[in-house]
Amino acid sequence: MSDIQMIVSLVGAATVQTIVMVFFSMVFSLILGLPLGILLCVTDPAVGIMPKPVLNQILTRIVNVLRSFPFIILMILLFPLSRIIVGTSIGTGAAIVPLSIAAVPFVARVIETALKEVNPEVVQAARAMGSTNMQIIIKVLLPESMPSLVAGITLTVINLIGYSAMAGAIGGGGLGDLAIRYGYQRFRTDIMIVAVIVILVMVEAIQIIGTKISTDFMNHR
Amino acid sequence: MHIRLESLIHTYGDVHAVQNVSLDIPSNAIFGIIGRSGSGKSVLIRLISLLEKPDDGAVYYDDERVDDLPDDELILRRRRIGIVFQNINLFNSRTAAKNIAYPLEICGMPKDRIKARVAELLELVGLADRGNAQISTLSGGQKQRIAIARALANNPDILFCDEATSALDPQTSRSIFELICDIQKKMNLTVVLVTHKMAVVRDVCSYVAVIDSGKVVECGSVVGIFAHPKADITKDFIADLPARPDPKDTGRTENV
Ligand SMILES: Nc1ncnc2c1ncn2[C@@H]1O[C@H](COP(=O)(O)OP(=O)(O)O)[C@@H](O)[C@H]1O
Ligand SMILES: [Mg+2]
Repeated sequence: MSDIQMIVSLVGAATVQTIVMVFFSMVFSLILGLPLGILLCVTDPAVGIMPKPVLNQILTRIVNVLRSFPFIILMILLFPLSRIIVGTSIGTGAAIVPLSIAAVPFVARVIETALKEVNPEVVQAARAMGSTNMQIIIKVLLPESMPSLVAGITLTVINLIGYSAMAGAIGGGGLGDLAIRYGYQRFRTDIMIVAVIVILVMVEAIQIIGTKISTDFMNHR
Repeated sequence: MHIRLESLIHTYGDVHAVQNVSLDIPSNAIFGIIGRSGSGKSVLIRLISLLEKPDDGAVYYDDERVDDLPDDELILRRRRIGIVFQNINLFNSRTAAKNIAYPLEICGMPKDRIKARVAELLELVGLADRGNAQISTLSGGQKQRIAIARALANNPDILFCDEATSALDPQTSRSIFELICDIQKKMNLTVVLVTHKMAVVRDVCSYVAVIDSGKVVECGSVVGIFAHPKADITKDFIADLPARPDPKDTGRTENV
């Protein structure tokens, strides 16, 4: 196998692993982070539609602690959890667990911030028309904040690409793993450069797509 | 629907926003509430329209006490009230037609009936061809017409207007008031109209309550109050009134 072919097949496989890691971590962190973000917004004692000061304080604290946790340490702490959920603490599947959990508080904050941007008078109008709290969340808060939500999720995906490279460094596979194993440990600078370029292209592509979707929502109003 | 307020009191910290307000708002007429900025008009409207619970006192709709309803009944009751706000408060994520559809959607009306009702309402407010318009493409007056259509979607018995035209130019607000008068007659609505302009009261309302610092200082028929104003603030409001324009003059520029 020629050198170029080898690089292509190595980078190709690693790219797929990175995409798998980022995609599933995004999905799982959204499944947990979306309700948490909604809860943070609606229970806010000042602007929430169902103020619950104590619950809001507790959730805010948890989210803040998790968010300020260094990712590498979170990964190491979550190795046992990966073993329980995925059956192993090595590989792409195993990396999804800490990645998802690390992204949950980030997603929650992004969602909370976006929802709080909705004009409170518009929410009041919805309440005046006899909306239930659930209807306000589903039919008012989420649709009205769609441009910000999409921008926030785009940012999360980009962060996850960065985190997934770190996860790769401790056995998670993907482009970060490739760059370190070949570029750093085996002095294959060419492979490292290609891996880094692919990461940069991915980030740029996500950013462009995210901005496009967000502005489309913005222009449709 | 006839509304009765009994000794309503509402405070925010040490701001006495509404102080012991009792009012009888007759059915099937336009009732004005006038007061200076900060006098407690919006708070009073939020109490009467069941958006907030008063600290003390009671609100009756046709002799049914409504301010202390449990949450689920409160939601059902609110669906039979229309409110129009100064800041219009339409949903930017929805088209004009979808905004009008909102109150029908939350009641679970089937899609085809919503469509028919929305078309009817667009017609009623004179915007039959703007259903698919994005909100940002409408003028201020058109937005308020859509907001009125949205408020009327569920055939309410009561329509509240809180400074509905304060953000609009005189001509546009005149056409909005004409629409409100028109609709009031067509639908036999009880309209409660909050304003800080005496000209609006004179031209639109049958009854008026003058409020100052959260208290009703004067209340009665518009004709009676214009003929014999008692409170100083009422006299001030009347004195500040722009002269009634010459009816022959078609281009009315009165500051309504
Ligand atoms: N949600 C609120 N929290 C605290 N104070 C409020 C609130 N709403 C109104 N107020 C106060 O109540 C008083 C009456 O306000 P408002 O009813 O909005 O006046 P207006 O007659 O101009 O509509 C004002 O002093 C205002 O600052
Ligand atoms: Mg006001």
